[in-house]
Amino acid sequence: MTEHKESKSKYTEDRQIPGAFEGETVTRRRAMVLGGQVAGGVAAAAFALPALGFAVGPIFEKQDQPWQIVGNTGEFNPDSYVPRTITLVAGIGDAGKSTVYLRKYNPDLDTEPRDEYNSYIAISTLCMHLGCPVRFTAAAQRFICPCHGGVYDIVGKVNGGPPVRPLDRFYTRLEADRVLIGPRFSVNSELQRFSPRDPGEPLDGVGQYLYPSRPSMRKIQGT
Amino acid sequence: MAKLKTPTLPSNPLTSPKRPGKAYGPSTPLEHGAEAGITAVDWIDERTSLSGGLRWMMFRKVPKGTNWFYTLGSATMFAFLSQAVTGVFLAMYYDPSATRAYESIQHINNDVFLGEFVHGMHKWGSSVMVILIFLHMGRTFFFGAYKYPRELNWVIGVALLVMTMTMSFSGYLLPFDQRSYWATIVGVNINGTGPLVGPYLSEFLRAGPYFGATTLSRFYAIHMLLVPGAIAALMGFHLYLVAKLGTTAPPWVRAKSPDALREQKVSDL
Ligand code: HEM
Ligand code: FES
Repeated sequence: MTEHKESKSKYTEDRQIPGAFEGETVTRRRAMVLGGQVAGGVAAAAFALPALGFAVGPIFEKQDQPWQIVGNTGEFNPDSYVPRTITLVAGIGDAGKSTVYLRKYNPDLDTEPRDEYNSYIAISTLCMHLGCPVRFTAAAQRFICPCHGGVYDIVGKVNGGPPVRPLDRFYTRLEADRVLIGPRFSVNSELQRFSPRDPGEPLDGVGQYLYPSRPSMRKIQGT
Repeated sequence: MAKLKTPTLPSNPLTSPKRPGKAYGPSTPLEHGAEAGITAVDWIDERTSLSGGLRWMMFRKVPKGTNWFYTLGSATMFAFLSQAVTGVFLAMYYDPSATRAYESIQHINNDVFLGEFVHGMHKWGSSVMVILIFLHMGRTFFFGAYKYPRELNWVIGVALLVMTMTMSFSGYLLPFDQRSYWATIVGVNINGTGPLVGPYLSEFLRAGPYFGATTLSRFYAIHMLLVPGAIAALMGFHLYLVAKLGTTAPPWVRAKSPDALREQKVSDL
């Protein structure tokens, strides 16, 4: 068997293949098979790759987070929260709306340094366990989650239950005497700002590397 | 010059060949009907040879001791077929838009003739399928049917199980009421807790950072096109392997020793 193979020349001409060219080593049958397979692969890729891009594209698309007016300065106080409804995603009715709790910056409660984005504190109602809607219970001065018993204190830090980090917040700013609410950001247990993460993703320690921020939503540069 | 041999004459060229039917061809309407059916099936079979494959699939030998537990796989398949058929008809009335989905389900339940029934079949049938698939998996596990040479069929089965769960998850959102909305938020966030890839996986499921305008249609496409197609294809392969490899005897049925078999053969003669 091997003997037979060795005796074969690599040139099609020497192998007496009809119509062989001089110096040709690949038979035409082999060239056709390869060509057919390549053409098939290209044709399949031509529909599979765009379809795949179509499906994963939104991951890399930056999401618009326009500033929205939530009220006048007089409507908010430094000691308790006032709920406001904002639109996170336009055009899908109630499913795109969310409740946000607002109060004025309070030097007795808030330890983070003042800047242009926090003269009003806006707390997201997305539970940081798995995303159920939390409610502020004024009598207990706490945010309480109905799903698995997550409890947060008045600044949104975890008091108990399964949540992995404090409640997310929104940037706020003032325009004349109107309060505007902007993009969301996440905080670690020291209330430092991070690009927004999903619930269930801790930010302390290696958490911020295990759960990277994504191109679709980033915090405001330099904050 | 060599001469070709003359062929021998037919033994009796004068009697005509036997005809189908009782006497000379079909006479009663019933016989005509049967004849028409046979002709149609023969026509197809002559051009496809499908009957061989069907015989191969349907008239396999099964081991001694085969019992009712061996029907759980087919039961799962029928549950899937029921889901497929009821699902196709639900799709005729369902509207996968975030503002219309809930109303379209209410419309199916309250107004459409048999709507609540077909919706109910699909809704309860999904649980039936999940229960059956686990029972079938238990059967193959406890009967040791996952061992050589059937490991690949076990692996295909695991893929079928994962896809069945994907069907349950993606279908749960579609009624778009409070329960399905929040359960899906929680489910997507559970996916997100996987390190490194998790956050991207949940963005893929939502089609963005928030539950958005295309999340529902994305779930709908996954639920009604992507996964069912893959399940049907893998189910075909699963069944092909079942027919090819044969099924396993229950563990309490002992294989006969070759000597016993030989003795039996001899005594059969
Ligand atoms: C869509 C779901 C499934 C369908 C429709 C299905 C269908 C079937 C059918 C009809 C059989 C023939 C024997 C019998 O019914 O017991 C079979 C055998 C088998 N199935 Fe499945 N199956 C499914 C899922 C699974 C799962 C989840 C597993 C395990 C992880 C599995 C593993 C096996 C194995 C190992 C056999 C060979 C059994 C033997 O040789 O005795 N299947 N399947
Ligand atoms: S989602 Fe809030 S505690 Fe689980």
